Amino acid sequence: MNHQPFRKPTGGNIDRSQPLTFTFDGKVYQGYSGDTLASALMANGVKLLARSFKYHRPRGLTGYGVEESNVLVQLRTGARSEPNIPATQVELYEGLVAESQNRWPSLHFDIGAVNSKLSGLFPSGFYYKTFMWPAKFWPFYEHAIRHIAGMGKSPTLEDPDSYAHNYRHCDVLIAGGGPAGLMAALSAGQSGARVILCDENADFGGMLRGRRDTIRGKPGPEWVADTAARLAAMKNVRLLRRTTAAGYYDHNLIVLDERVADHKATPENHEPRHRIWHVRAKEVVLATGSIERPLVFADNDRPGVMLTSAAQAYANAHGALAGRRAVIFTNNASAYAAAADLKAAGIEVQAIVDLRDSLEAPELKIAANANIGVLNRHVVVAAHGAKSVHSVTVMPVDSNTTPVGEAQEILCDVVCLSGGWTPSVHLFSQSRGKLCYDETLSAFVPDKSFQRERSAGACQGAFQLDACLHEGAKAGAQAAVAAGFATTAADVPRCSADAVVKPRLLWAIPAPDHLHGGKQFVDLQNDVTAADVGLAYQEGYHSVEHLKRYTTLGMGTDQGRTSNVNGLAIMAGHRAEAITAVGTTTFRQPFTPIPMGAVAGLNAHDHVAPVRTTPLHHWHESLGSPFAPTGQWLRAQGYPKDGETLEQATMREAKHVREKVGIVDVSTLGKIDVQGPDALEFLNRVYINSFSNLAVGKCRYGVMLREDGLVDDDGVVTRLAENRYMITTTTTHASAVMNRLEYLLDVDWPSLNVHLLSVTDDWSGIAIAGPHSRTVLTKVTSADLSNSAVPFMGYAEIDIDGVPVRLFRISFSGELAYEINMAPNATRTVWDALLKAGANQEIIPYGLEAMNVLRIEKGHVVGGELNGRTTADGLGFGKMISTKKAFVGKVPARRAGLTRDDIHQLVGLVPTDEKTRIPRGAQLIADPKATKPVAMQGEVTSQCMSPNLGHPIALALLNGGRARHGETLKAHSPITGQTVTVTVTNPIFIDPQGERLRG
Amino acid sequence: MLEINCPYCGKRAQKEFTYAGDAGAERPNLETGTNQDWFEFVYLRNNPRGLHDELWHHSAGCRRLIKVRRDVVTHEIIDTGAPSDSLSTGAS
Repeated sequence: MNHQPFRKPTGGNIDRSQPLTFTFDGKVYQGYSGDTLASALMANGVKLLARSFKYHRPRGLTGYGVEESNVLVQLRTGARSEPNIPATQVELYEGLVAESQNRWPSLHFDIGAVNSKLSGLFPSGFYYKTFMWPAKFWPFYEHAIRHIAGMGKSPTLEDPDSYAHNYRHCDVLIAGGGPAGLMAALSAGQSGARVILCDENADFGGMLRGRRDTIRGKPGPEWVADTAARLAAMKNVRLLRRTTAAGYYDHNLIVLDERVADHKATPENHEPRHRIWHVRAKEVVLATGSIERPLVFADNDRPGVMLTSAAQAYANAHGALAGRRAVIFTNNASAYAAAADLKAAGIEVQAIVDLRDSLEAPELKIAANANIGVLNRHVVVAAHGAKSVHSVTVMPVDSNTTPVGEAQEILCDVVCLSGGWTPSVHLFSQSRGKLCYDETLSAFVPDKSFQRERSAGACQGAFQLDACLHEGAKAGAQAAVAAGFATTAADVPRCSADAVVKPRLLWAIPAPDHLHGGKQFVDLQNDVTAADVGLAYQEGYHSVEHLKRYTTLGMGTDQGRTSNVNGLAIMAGHRAEAITAVGTTTFRQPFTPIPMGAVAGLNAHDHVAPVRTTPLHHWHESLGSPFAPTGQWLRAQGYPKDGETLEQATMREAKHVREKVGIVDVSTLGKIDVQGPDALEFLNRVYINSFSNLAVGKCRYGVMLREDGLVDDDGVVTRLAENRYMITTTTTHASAVMNRLEYLLDVDWPSLNVHLLSVTDDWSGIAIAGPHSRTVLTKVTSADLSNSAVPFMGYAEIDIDGVPVRLFRISFSGELAYEINMAPNATRTVWDALLKAGANQEIIPYGLEAMNVLRIEKGHVVGGELNGRTTADGLGFGKMISTKKAFVGKVPARRAGLTRDDIHQLVGLVPTDEKTRIPRGAQLIADPKATKPVAMQGEVTSQCMSPNLGHPIALALLNGGRARHGETLKAHSPITGQTVTVTVTNPIFIDPQGERLRG
Repeated sequence: MLEINCPYCGKRAQKEFTYAGDAGAERPNLETGTNQDWFEFVYLRNNPRGLHDELWHHSAGCRRLIKVRRDVVTHEIIDTGAPSDSLSTGAS
């Protein structure tokens, strides 16, 4: 089983003593520790690894790293299954399971491949043009198209792994740990600056991992290991492997994605799978390297056609051979060393086909030493083969790079392409740096920096190793100095020389007539061809952004790393303009995909938002109360007895409170302590009513408006002392009210000497309501609670069962009632004391639902009525509005539109049959049979069955409603389709004179 | 994500702050403001390209309102201070 026919017997940075078993498409293979899934599959001679996105053409590996565009796999199974993972980015582990994607029933026999035969029918824009009519069928078409043109499958089970987020500051962040990044880290590290060096791969080294350069006379990887060890010994340097610098944001915030456990079968206990780092760096060094470009010719997508640097890296780093016989097709000198490496690894190199006219001595020497034939001024015009390439057609080119003359066919099972190098300028571009086009390199390189960063090495077009080392050392020192540290560049070691990249350009090799029909792929992942780019041009999509959206060029998970420059150069050719005039599309974060789970981090499940519970939460729970979320709070809804529904419990509780007595947890109300010599002035400015004559020890209901004159919130203001008040807010508006009051004090009235403190969590609340509430309270305190001592809207500081409490005689239910505030940890003591003391009065606990019924019966407004569109007068607070003082919203509230007689006013509703529940959210209309659109006159804001009246009731906002009591209307719910005939009434259904609460 | 220098706390990440509006909008006097003054204050805002004075609430920090002079094109923050402070123009 351990036969790996395309593995060299020795060599490579793999551990042959650690064989690993893995499964691809159900078949078991072996690889070694140090392999990627890609290198292991290559060593096993598996060439057909994927089907293309649109035409389902057979595909194999093209790249070595993040540039891989073909071989995306479905990795792992079950809940950990993950789609669209490039096989080149998967480190092999024991038991790894991967499947190919986008094929049915199998990779070798794929029904969808019929698309390839019908490809004349599927040009760019085909789906838009064909399925646009009739528009209502699009959801159907889309479903079918998505199925055909699919990528992998999303897992359907809950993600079992956890993800972490980490926040860091550093002086110098270095993205990329190749030769430039390592030298930068040495320079910056020796200065004492806090340095973070990250690299997306399992180990540092970058391009040195896959080549045979020497540094200080030793193989590159050895220098890398030594340097990493030196850096690890510096306490101020943090090394992050398997960590991609994924996004560059404003003010030098760089987001890193660390794949903590992706190289293992499962994360270890308590280990996050990924860790997202939010790094705020004073200075940044970008050393992100470059990616080789493919060349575009007919059928350049056959399995076995790949980047030269990829074949080289597989051979050198993994001892994995891309095939037996290779043809190298290049337009620059960098492929020669690679060709020699392949030859040394045991691959027969048939020829180096070089587009260039004249070759330089160094590369000729390499070819001669390796005994490789060179065909200069030649091109590969087509590849042949189906599930693997078996030969190429090669032709000479004339001085205009047009193929002319005699074609020859060369047998091969690997075609290595080198079309020059594309600097990875993604992070630079994300940081809003400006790019410029370098004609010599035929590549976009960083021009002007926008943030505090600098590029070094191949990512700014310095492709030679010596230049990378020098630039890195210099950039690291510069960054440290800019961050305030004194240092000079670290000593640069001597290294082997490598070729100077000066490509001769031919963006798409014209196919001779006898090779008609071969597709020239520009973007392999999205099946975009040179002809598609031409079609886009022909149809008027000349801008690169339009080109991208029309053809999907560069839209895949590989973000066009290998296709963008070729595509826009072909477009530039059609436009007969310079590439620089065509420009590039915008590079966007992230550089490589990040799992959604990692983005969410800990903000998942119960941690999406904080949950606030009251001190009595567990007591409510033990009685089986369901909870209603109210903002972040959970509020107990009611206490169903055996066999009761919540609705039945609500009716019982609400009736019982009016007849006897009950207690309810009101801890969630917002509470703000207002202190200072100007507190009274402040309150007078923010409430519509005046507090000037509010005595110490008294409460008063207050309403505040927004700046635009509409009602913001209501609450109770209690004067605790001469210059100290406590105000309450509704539960859901608490934080918004606090924010607004803070704004007013800080920005608009800084001269007022007032301090605010949110004390919502410092004081829990219990309301006791019902005719027996005073009787019960008297049993738990020795304080005088008589009407004269604590009248309605009175306040007292008393003692209940040894607990000091604040007692407010206020009523939400309309009954004789008190609210008790106490320290949260004493809540249970007071609650238990009241239940015990009230036993003879048959005291009960009641929940949010019963409280809501009681307040609807009493016509008290809450969120549904305080909906941001109602006026104080409309809600019935007209008499509270002070005419003697100025307050926020006073002037705008007098605008004509807000003072008309026919605006929304609060009314009550009773069904005329006194039986049918009024649908929630119903619209009030005159005649449901009228021609649409029917004029809406108002809306139902709160509704319930009233156990005390024996029939359903509702509160509603009705145009000019106050003058329409007695009118009959229809309440129509467009959601349920229900229509109920209702009579308009006074919104206060119970005790309109307020005799009970004063009793 | 911006890094905002709170005059009371020092440099903090944007996620500690809540945007609180245009610092240039002048609240009419409660006693003397006319309907037109309030209309302009409530509804009308300039949307300049370049430097803009804005208010940020350090809502997950000291809970003070601060004034921030920011270039809305480049996101560069020129200066920060208390709402009543006059900020530097950045021209040196």
